[in-house]
Amino acid sequence: MNTQPNSFKNQPDDRGHFGEFGGRYVAETLMPLILDLEREYRAAQADPEFAREFDDLLEHYVGRPSPLYHAERLTEALGGAQVWFKRDELNHTGAHKINNCIGQILLAIRMGKTRIIAETGAGQHGVATATVCARFGLPCVIYMGAEDVKRQSPNVFRMKLLGAEVIPVTSGGATLKDAMNEGLRDWVANVHDTFYIIGTAAGPHPYPEMVRNFQSVIGTEARAQMLDRVGRLPDLLVACIGGGSNALGLFHPFLDDPDVKMLGVEAAGHGLDGDEHAASLLGGSPGVLHGNKTYLLQDEDGQITEGHSISAGLDYPGIGPEHAWLKESGRVEYTAVTDKEALDGFQLLCRTEGIIPALEPSHAIAAVADRAKEMSEDQIILMNLCGRGDKDIFTVAEKLGVEM
Amino acid sequence: MTLLTNAFSKPHPALVCFITAGDGDTAANLDALVAGGADVIELGMPFTDPMADGPAIQSANLRSLGAGTTTADVLQIAYEFRERHPDVPLVLMGYANPMVRRGPEWFANSAKGAGVDGVICVDIPPEEDEALGPALREQGIAPIRLATPTTDAARLPSVLQGSQGFVYYVSVAGITGKQQAAQDSIEQAVAALKAQTDLPIAVGFGVRTPEQAGAIAKVADGVVVGSALVEIVGEYGAEAPAKLQELTSALAEAVHTAR
Repeated sequence: MNTQPNSFKNQPDDRGHFGEFGGRYVAETLMPLILDLEREYRAAQADPEFAREFDDLLEHYVGRPSPLYHAERLTEALGGAQVWFKRDELNHTGAHKINNCIGQILLAIRMGKTRIIAETGAGQHGVATATVCARFGLPCVIYMGAEDVKRQSPNVFRMKLLGAEVIPVTSGGATLKDAMNEGLRDWVANVHDTFYIIGTAAGPHPYPEMVRNFQSVIGTEARAQMLDRVGRLPDLLVACIGGGSNALGLFHPFLDDPDVKMLGVEAAGHGLDGDEHAASLLGGSPGVLHGNKTYLLQDEDGQITEGHSISAGLDYPGIGPEHAWLKESGRVEYTAVTDKEALDGFQLLCRTEGIIPALEPSHAIAAVADRAKEMSEDQIILMNLCGRGDKDIFTVAEKLGVEM
Repeated sequence: MTLLTNAFSKPHPALVCFITAGDGDTAANLDALVAGGADVIELGMPFTDPMADGPAIQSANLRSLGAGTTTADVLQIAYEFRERHPDVPLVLMGYANPMVRRGPEWFANSAKGAGVDGVICVDIPPEEDEALGPALREQGIAPIRLATPTTDAARLPSVLQGSQGFVYYVSVAGITGKQQAAQDSIEQAVAALKAQTDLPIAVGFGVRTPEQAGAIAKVADGVVVGSALVEIVGEYGAEAPAKLQELTSALAEAVHTAR
């Protein structure tokens, strides 16, 4: 595409395409349901009562608005641009995931669905889904790769405490993509009563748009808070990317502010030069998986390869289709950060700000550290601190060689 | 007349048999299906993420990929089959990504070169037809669409539009190889399809035994059997051809004499 769109916010088109990406690549059994979901979502969007209920739950149940925080000690340590955080790690359940789950469960209830399913990798989306299911009294089934069940046992227990049934998935590589396959298999067999709460801005249309819109509360709040606190917009937005929902949530409300630059940070794992990473945009190529066309980690025959990252929330071999489009349009810059750099970022934030971040945003912290030094002191970087690190302390201890 | 048209113009309903390419000795297994009386062959293209398939075909996909099967291998298997069996229609069935990886034109050209008669792509619904359909039709390869219990009357015309060869009626809302649909629901669905298209209707998903296949063949133009055959390949390895031929013969007998 050579022509710049009039607005970067007018995607997707009415068939769910973000440029050549996105779409509805699903089995025919699901297609009528996807169309039905889109109709119901449009009706909900036009219904002030839906927005009122969503906003009310975000305020009183999730704890929004989340603070906008000036990280002065980190800024000082880095020596360069001011670093500010949007603190979505302070949300109920400890990450941005809950914003989307609230929106989707309200939609499920509106559609008369009586059973909820979801996939989860690290378990954050599973916990958030189990949470809203408990809150609304709906039965909940979470598919989780058997490998991840082992690696993330505290979150498995959390989900069970919340009343969810956690089903370990042993097919394929037994990680997040296999959990998503199993979620789709369940959905296809139970379309009449089941709602699938997808955890990121990916999957068939309207999920990428819908999840982005539910998560856009992050950027909408941050934009207003920034104008209120410093009277101007930030120079650079930074967020980590697995599927990409926290990044889109932050970026989307700023897309048409031409002076605001944006940086998405993928997981480079052991490095982009090998195949042990999860950087779909920087190290992958376009293809079709899980209902959408997007950048994927794949071989020359189109077989999907396993992503690797220290962060279980980032090791998905695909990415939301809107990011694929934003990359090709040049509006957002993308970079990648290794496991080791993310661990350094993790420790840096612990010590300078007294905040233990999740390993996912630790990737963004590493990128912020890099960029801040190249920018002047009157410039502002705003990063989405999208999750807290309680869940990751065992992984970090192991990597640092500490016996717990 | 295409080979697919011929297969559905016989005086009896057609038996459509599926196995996954690269799982076991595929050439020998395909020959056994033909010897047993299969009228149409569906050759599965293995994919790492077969999200519409149940455990049997999932395992077949993983066995095939584990053995190193490539797209070139699948096309070669099809090509050699066409050489050995010039009159038996061959349909490739699989998922979008391996098909569009090198571009839809590349795939359509290559499939044509291998003598493929039709393509069933599980995750390209009519809404995304552009991703592959035009390239197939350009090469004279039939894009075979799926209709399901959730495909309502309002939607059916868009499914049939651009569909060629036959219509694959997925008789259960679910994954392959699981439960079987009730006979009366199949009858109603086939009647509804026949009211809107002249294409032959083949019914599949969950069909395992000659009894089930024979019952469906009373009302449909074809019956698709997959998981039951794939399980034999998985269980018997080098001994699979004899077992496949045995089951296929029983299925063919039931289907061919149903009316």
